[in-house]
Amino acid sequence: MCLAVPGKIVSIEGADDLLRSAKVDFGGVAKEISLAYVPEARVGDYVLVHVGFAISLVDEAEAKEVFEYLRRMDALAEMEGSEVP
Amino acid sequence: MKFMNEYRDAAAAGKYAQALRRITTRAWTLMEICGGQTHAIVKFGLDEFLPEQITLVHGPGCPVCVTPIELIEKALATAAVPGVVFCSFGDMLRVPGQSGDLLSVKAGGADIRIVYSPLDALKIAREHPDRQVVFFAVGFETTAPMTALAVHQAAREGIRNFSLLVAHVLVPPAMEAILSAPENRVQAFLAAGHVCTVMGYHEYEPIARKYRVPIVITGFEPLDILQGITMAVRQLEEGRAEVENQYSRAVRREGNAPAQKLIREIFQVVPRKWRGVGEIAQSGLGLRDPYKDYDAELRFGIVQQSLEESPDCISGLILQGVKKPFECPAFTGACTPEHPLGATMVSSEGACAAYYRYRRVGI
Repeated sequence: MCLAVPGKIVSIEGADDLLRSAKVDFGGVAKEISLAYVPEARVGDYVLVHVGFAISLVDEAEAKEVFEYLRRMDALAEMEGSEVP
Repeated sequence: MKFMNEYRDAAAAGKYAQALRRITTRAWTLMEICGGQTHAIVKFGLDEFLPEQITLVHGPGCPVCVTPIELIEKALATAAVPGVVFCSFGDMLRVPGQSGDLLSVKAGGADIRIVYSPLDALKIAREHPDRQVVFFAVGFETTAPMTALAVHQAAREGIRNFSLLVAHVLVPPAMEAILSAPENRVQAFLAAGHVCTVMGYHEYEPIARKYRVPIVITGFEPLDILQGITMAVRQLEEGRAEVENQYSRAVRREGNAPAQKLIREIFQVVPRKWRGVGEIAQSGLGLRDPYKDYDAELRFGIVQQSLEESPDCISGLILQGVKKPFECPAFTGACTPEHPLGATMVSSEGACAAYYRYRRVGI
């Protein structure tokens, strides 16, 4: 029910924040999406979409964190491993 | 698709499993809140990937599952009123009330339509001023802003033939109810990423402190969930109980301010009964006084007595993480997705439906 899917903003229409909408591309399928809750969104941004509304921009730098965390865990394990006589 | 497929990488998942094996020294029980996470865990077999000391129990985060039977009955009665167009998300149509489900009312001639967004229901009202259009407003904090905007637009445009049957529920009070129960066995939570996208996570900080429970805001893809579990287990192993954000590509601490603002303008916090769980104080949303004209319960005056659930259904215990679906005697026998006894077997995010779909072999 709380499903939200990432897509890329292709074009934007409307000036009023609550009535602003966008054409969002989901891997080749385009849909009309409300931007009421992401007034900062611009063409080219990736947004998370839930029941026809963008609820957040996807932070492209933070998107790598899941892999960075793993690298840090591995580095930690190596350091700890090297302390074992 | 970008920001989706990369989080299903099998090699990275294997590394997370290794990391978890390295850090886990004793038995821990974690609960994932959201039904979307439950679905991913069962679909991708993530629980079978974990060290055997780690147990995942499935939480109450399926709005379809926790909508009380009395509200389902009100939906059936409202949908059957002549002239009403009853709009709902598709998941709700097969949820059993006591006298049937929305699908059976539709078969009896009622005009029941599946919509993708509350704005679709408002559009139907705009296009059919001679009909009463009712939207069944189900969902957590993720979905409440969309309902709020539909009401806001209806008020702005003076659309009078639109109303809501409001079933919105809030996650933090349910987490507190689980932690306060004597049979609780949850030691850490994976909190629902998209709820936090809207609400942020500051409201989880007092819960983590009060109950000494780690809470990790977690996404929905396999690597998100494995990282969320790793972060939670690390906290447990190190004796910490903090709120951490695994889903930082979508969630900020303060959440989505415009969405919260509109929720507060349209709704107020009210007590709400959760199906299978009972009443939880301050755990639902109801329309504020200036918007009461949009309340379908008042508009149609449908009164509903308290009702009893099927005695064979243990969905309440499943939603609280006390039991798993295969511990239910009715599972796959008397209760199937075609003939569900409880809502957890209906919704694609319900734990019973997920186990039925992916885990029947060998049971």
